Amino acid sequence: MIRVEHLSKAYRHKVVVDDLSFSVTGGEAVALWGPNGAGKTTVIRCLLGLIGYEGLIEIGGMDARANSKATRGLIGYVPQELGFYGDLTVAETLALSSDLRGLPRTRISEVIKSVSLEAESNKQVRELSGGMRQRLGMAVALLPDPPVLLLDEPTSSLDVDARRRMVSLLDSLRGPDRVLVITSHRVEEVGMLVDRVLALDAGNLVHECPPGELTGRLNLESWLHVVLPSSQTTTALAHLVAAGFDAHENGHGVLVGVSPEDKVSALGCLREGDFNIMDFEVWR
Amino acid sequence: MTATIGTTGSSVTPRAFELRPVTVIARKVVGEASRDRWFWLYCAGFAVLAGAITVTAVPDQGLIGSGGFGRTAASLVALVQLVVPLMALTLGARYLAGERDSGTLVFLLCHPISRAEVLVGTYVGLAGSMFAAVATGFGAAGLFSFLRSAPTDPVLLICLAALSWLLSLAMLGLGLLISSTVRSTSTALGTALFVWLAVVFLGDLGVMGTVVATRLPVGALFATVMTNPVEAFRLASVMALDGSLDALGPAGTYAVDRFGDGIATIALGVMVAWTLVTGAAAVLAFRRGDQT
Repeated sequence: MIRVEHLSKAYRHKVVVDDLSFSVTGGEAVALWGPNGAGKTTVIRCLLGLIGYEGLIEIGGMDARANSKATRGLIGYVPQELGFYGDLTVAETLALSSDLRGLPRTRISEVIKSVSLEAESNKQVRELSGGMRQRLGMAVALLPDPPVLLLDEPTSSLDVDARRRMVSLLDSLRGPDRVLVITSHRVEEVGMLVDRVLALDAGNLVHECPPGELTGRLNLESWLHVVLPSSQTTTALAHLVAAGFDAHENGHGVLVGVSPEDKVSALGCLREGDFNIMDFEVWR
Repeated sequence: MTATIGTTGSSVTPRAFELRPVTVIARKVVGEASRDRWFWLYCAGFAVLAGAITVTAVPDQGLIGSGGFGRTAASLVALVQLVVPLMALTLGARYLAGERDSGTLVFLLCHPISRAEVLVGTYVGLAGSMFAAVATGFGAAGLFSFLRSAPTDPVLLICLAALSWLLSLAMLGLGLLISSTVRSTSTALGTALFVWLAVVFLGDLGVMGTVVATRLPVGALFATVMTNPVEAFRLASVMALDGSLDALGPAGTYAVDRFGDGIATIALGVMVAWTLVTGAAAVLAFRRGDQT
């Protein structure tokens, strides 16, 4: 469905994407993972033909450079920074998108329902919250029922609840005829959504692997922040250090260095010591 | 080549340039202009000034002969020379740059439409908006003349309105060219104001200064004047008013001697050429750019 060969992009003398090659077949969900500046968004913009590039991009068997209109017709795109006309309503925005694609407006209400924006369909876009705008972005992308979905950091501006709903929606969009390409810098999100991860660094493909292997390949370390009663913090810290953990006192608890695959062992250690775990969260 | 749109499948074959997206974008631009306070401020200002000119140029209907409307029309031409280029240049310059700043340009360009279609649609929409603005101004002038029962020449009024619109098309092309090449709305507006000063004031004063300094032959002076679309508008308008260019000095006299009645065609040709060349240059600049 998507074939990228020797893709390179430079702005003036700064190389942003360097000789990148990959392919995505029908039904696959792939993540472009990497830190800020890794070139993820640039790759997405090249796929859309929004910017010039060197190399070859084929989408649906067509050269994206020579057939940019046709290949964009195959793509639904949710940008990282959503730009909508603030004085248009949700329904009017989708009507404009529909008209630009030359599609009948019959799918608009169906798409509004699929992203749960029925109550907001007559609201102006400027009145929407960040989460609602993100869902409108999804609605615009889904309007043509596209075989290729490109999602640039689709959950970056969402709160925890909205993120959970977005991940659920994205999961429901997977299908044998659809390709999902998602950019993200969140390891846990990538693990939930995709079959394969392309890890980028400074425009280069550094790893290509299943999401479960990413943290091991990148030697990523997570920190487990465990909230404890203040009376137990010092003894819990000593207990963890004695058990071989890299632990530090932090605010209302302890911060424990853990491997991403084995976060639970630190919690188990504290439970064995009979410490009262009040809460915990994982920091990366 | 055929692309299948949708996972459920429906085939379309998009051509490189289609009228459908152009009309969709033009409608969108007209709709935005109708909600834009700056556009309405321009329209209101133009209408008030045009109405005021009509009132002050026709002080007492009892004393006015057939030349009365000529004086009003001459004043309207002077007003158009200042206001219409300013409106069209700033409207064109801030449009695409504004879309880029707000992120809506990406919204448009991620659809299966070409950059040329976006630019042409924008041009057509802004041209429609300028038509409304010019019609409002000249409509106000006609209305005030009618209300004061002053002599009015509707044909001349329509002719001047058409010339004003043509001038606005040339300036819109220039504005969109600016908008296609700069990165921010503020830079686009600053550049547009500089260009406005150049074509309206510096053009006139610069030519006069050049004549004095270099003793330019009158033919070269005329050619220099005619490269400025605002001057071409003035020439065509004066021709429409009374057919004599003597009021424009040696360049006007030379133009009549050299080209006769063909001068109006040349002036119109200059404005049309500015429209086409700046429009084409804007399309090329916008297609080439990586700016989204």
